[in-house]
Amino acid sequence: MAMANDAPAKIDVKAAEAGPLRKYAPLLGVAIIVFYCLAPFYWMVVSALRRPTDQFENSIIPTTWSLTNFTDVFKPGTGFGRALLNSLLVAGTVTILTLIIGMVAAYTLARLEFRFKNVVLAIIITTSMFPGISLVIPLLKLFIDIKWINTYQAMIVPSLSFALPLAVWTLTTFFRQMPRELEQAAMVDGCTPAQAFYKVILPLAAPGVFTTAIITFIAAWNEFLIALSMINKKELQTANVVISQFTGASGRDQPFGSQMAAGVVVTIPLVIAVLIFQRRIVAGLTAGGVK
Amino acid sequence: MSASNAVAQRPPAQTGKVRKTTFNEGTGRLAALLLSPTLIVLVLVVVYPILSALRESLYTSGQRIDESGFVIKGSEFVGLDNYAAIFSGETGERFWNAFYNTTFFTVTCVVLETVLGVAMALVMHKAFKGRSIVRASILVPWAIPTVVSALLWKWIFQADGAANALLGTQILWSTEGWQSVLSVIVADTWKTAPFIGLLVLAGLQTIPDEVYEAAKVDGASPFQTFLKITLPLVKPALLVAVLFRILDTLRIFDLPFVLVGPNKQSVETLSILAYLEANQTRYGPAAAYATLLFLYVAVVAFVFVKLLGADVLGDAVQKKKSKKGKDRDSAPPGVAMGSAAGMSGVGSGV
Amino acid sequence: MRFERSHARRAVALAVTSGLVLLASACGGDDGDSGGGGGAAGGALEGRGPITFATGKDTSGNLTNQVNAWNSQHPDEKVTVSELPESADQQRAQMIQNAQNQSDSFSVLNLDVVWTAEFAANRWVTELPEDQFPDLGKLLPSTVDTGKYRDKLYAVPVTSDGGLLYYRKDLLDKAGVKPPTTWAEMKDACAKVKALPEAKNINCYAGQFEKYEGLTVNFSEAINGAGGVVVGEDGKPNVDTPEALEGLNFLVDGFKSGMIPKAAITYQEEPGRRAFQEGNLLFHRNWPYVYALANKTDGSSKIAGKFAVAPLPGLKGAGVSTLGGHNYAISEFAKNKATAADFIKFMSSEERQKANVEKTSQAPTWASLYDDPALNKQFPYLAPLKASIESAKSRPKVVKYGDVTTAIQEAAYGALTGTTPPKDALAGLQTKLSTLITQ
Repeated sequence: MAMANDAPAKIDVKAAEAGPLRKYAPLLGVAIIVFYCLAPFYWMVVSALRRPTDQFENSIIPTTWSLTNFTDVFKPGTGFGRALLNSLLVAGTVTILTLIIGMVAAYTLARLEFRFKNVVLAIIITTSMFPGISLVIPLLKLFIDIKWINTYQAMIVPSLSFALPLAVWTLTTFFRQMPRELEQAAMVDGCTPAQAFYKVILPLAAPGVFTTAIITFIAAWNEFLIALSMINKKELQTANVVISQFTGASGRDQPFGSQMAAGVVVTIPLVIAVLIFQRRIVAGLTAGGVK
Repeated sequence: MSASNAVAQRPPAQTGKVRKTTFNEGTGRLAALLLSPTLIVLVLVVVYPILSALRESLYTSGQRIDESGFVIKGSEFVGLDNYAAIFSGETGERFWNAFYNTTFFTVTCVVLETVLGVAMALVMHKAFKGRSIVRASILVPWAIPTVVSALLWKWIFQADGAANALLGTQILWSTEGWQSVLSVIVADTWKTAPFIGLLVLAGLQTIPDEVYEAAKVDGASPFQTFLKITLPLVKPALLVAVLFRILDTLRIFDLPFVLVGPNKQSVETLSILAYLEANQTRYGPAAAYATLLFLYVAVVAFVFVKLLGADVLGDAVQKKKSKKGKDRDSAPPGVAMGSAAGMSGVGSGV
Repeated sequence: MRFERSHARRAVALAVTSGLVLLASACGGDDGDSGGGGGAAGGALEGRGPITFATGKDTSGNLTNQVNAWNSQHPDEKVTVSELPESADQQRAQMIQNAQNQSDSFSVLNLDVVWTAEFAANRWVTELPEDQFPDLGKLLPSTVDTGKYRDKLYAVPVTSDGGLLYYRKDLLDKAGVKPPTTWAEMKDACAKVKALPEAKNINCYAGQFEKYEGLTVNFSEAINGAGGVVVGEDGKPNVDTPEALEGLNFLVDGFKSGMIPKAAITYQEEPGRRAFQEGNLLFHRNWPYVYALANKTDGSSKIAGKFAVAPLPGLKGAGVSTLGGHNYAISEFAKNKATAADFIKFMSSEERQKANVEKTSQAPTWASLYDDPALNKQFPYLAPLKASIESAKSRPKVVKYGDVTTAIQEAAYGALTGTTPPKDALAGLQTKLSTLITQ
């Protein structure tokens, strides 16, 4: 937090030295980037706030505001509330498991000297090279054999496998950047290697860990094909699957409005989560400043 | 194939050999123990399906109809026929077109995303008022589920959609030609630049302030600081981010499929070909496409890491470098061939 | 590590067993071919109890009402609805995946009419003994035909669909022209309407021409409307004919002359409806669902009350629609097939279909409903729709329908975008279809 407080002052000083152009150029850059990122999202929100019958409009602001799309999303029949909880459960579990398993693996790879380390790294990354759509059919066969159809683990375990390679690789990079002397010092102070990791490395690597958490969570939250194929019970379906089932008032009209409304509903919690996690990233930074 | 051999043979080889090594036996065992959860999960959910897809690619099934009009069941071993078919005649042209599209999308999108992502990270890293809002907004595109964002862009790029209204044009985005390619690139870049941004940001956050202070004291310009200090320090994180983006974009499917549609030459990718075959219940050829794509991705990743290995794998490579030769000598030839030839190049290329 | 090996062994074992099972079933099929189907005909739809109904579209929530009506009458044979994604491709993929794994999780399948042949030929759905479905005779014959494969019944039509010509009645009246019955009349009508000052910039006609199933539908309608065929009655492709060329040229020339707006090459149903509702189209080919939506008076449609529908026009007379709709079938691997059969009868009954028509805009298959005065008052399009469906042509009934429709779209899209001359497109399509359809 210390950094967060004194940093703006730093910028201002620099900007004052460099004149108005320097001062406003970065702001302009920020504005452009923010516009670029948010304009399509704005369109999504606005589309969601139109009446379903106005969904074709191109006006910047809805001519008639309406929450119908949002109430449609939460109509009792859709099971969307339940689906959100399922998504949260699956993505949350995947994130936690990925972090635990991934951190152990990453720390091992970053610190321990053993043979075939690079082979292990290679194998881990190899698994994210196969086209995802081609994994579904064999996995479905496997899960039918082991009676995993319509279970949470049928969604969690595959997502875990998609999330793990990235988590292991990024975490390994971050752990490696930590100076070795840190643990050595901690161990001199009487810490076990596990304690050294937990008490010294982990807080310092927090930006990387939380970044990995965000990435994993979003990846798991976005997973669609597996959740669709492994689950055919309404009570277990995730939000993405339920969104794909939305229909218009008749078979052929596309329920664009309610799909966008559902998209907004699904995105907002993620943004909030990101904001919370980002605090932790900044907190990790403060700790980093100590060293 | 060699990749899968390596995968299949590696774990038993490891336990067997750690014992023979000169350095700390405990470390090897510990490493095996600590890595086993990751490897078990990956074997169960990825290696097994990959192997079964490889097997599938050598078979054909359900393609013939008997006299009374029923599909003849059962699968038939056809060796490499499915692969040969991909490269022959019209299918071959289609394959190479998809191969070109896939490569083009990967190069263009990843370059754009890297530039944008780094810019985003720098913006997010800069501290100023309202920065948390800026940070959150940058991440919004990435947080929107792919299912929804593809639809959103489809709507925007409709003939009388927002894109044309905004630009005052009458471009038919989903027709064959540069415009459909452009629409895919715009949507993909928008969605995934934040991913690179986030990882680079995390890299930036681990750089101690003192480094910048020192640079400032030395009178380095902001650009010099970026080039000489920031970039080298975030390089490991950036390279991992780029590597994973490359792996992802090589398998690009949703956006061209939803935005432009199937069977559009301009944007057909290898993943789409694999999907279309599977959709026609031709699982053998579909698996063959998937395998070819897999090999292509593996080669690209191999080259990427080989060229930039030191930076991607950090100090481990340097430390390992001296030991690598010894490792190879002591390994039984078969395993060394399987693993080293297949995959270990990822690390040993420096 | 040991895990992996044993796993591999298990995988091999599994592969071998499943191979044997497949082999066994193949042999069983061979010596008892009629037996396989005949078993069903002999009343093999056995077992009663709870079932699931796999369907993609619960339009306007009315399916729930329909299913509840069944469930309240059959407490021991409850139906659970298993909802599939909205996208037809994904519905089909889910059903196929379940069938290939011989899963019993879906009992009754809601199949698009064009999937019947594939599902029947792969024995993913059970043959239905016609004598157990006495009401078939009361359904529109063209719809019943979509449930058959090689003259045997595999599915019962519950909803149908046919193309309609939507036209701007207000403008036609003002210009003093009658709704066209031929393409030439339509062209004339366009010219006359465009002479009106308020309709100077209106586009003449559009259907669905994006490269997807809708293009197959529109292409087939153009060919059939000119007296040609894509696949003949004998099941053989016969698309390289002068008639077919005339049909295709109607669309190709339409694009060239501007009668069809350029943007129409990107139209699926919804963008077309959008253009029509915005008042940018004089004539529009679409399905019945547009009627209610375009008539909404809440400001979403600029043409509410200003349009009417007619049967599709053709080259020399009435046009020919392509038949759409959905059929219900029983999964081969389902339990409680007797219940499943009863449920299908229930859903296709006059009472249920009427209830469905009243609540949704789906076209019924029960013939007499089209003559119901009350319904006709509520849905003035029923009369032209009946004419459309009765004379409608099915799309090719082939096992590899996906390949056939892709080939058709490829040829049609090439011709419409001007990359292939129409004659060459048809010749190429003929060659392609001949290799795909080997009867």
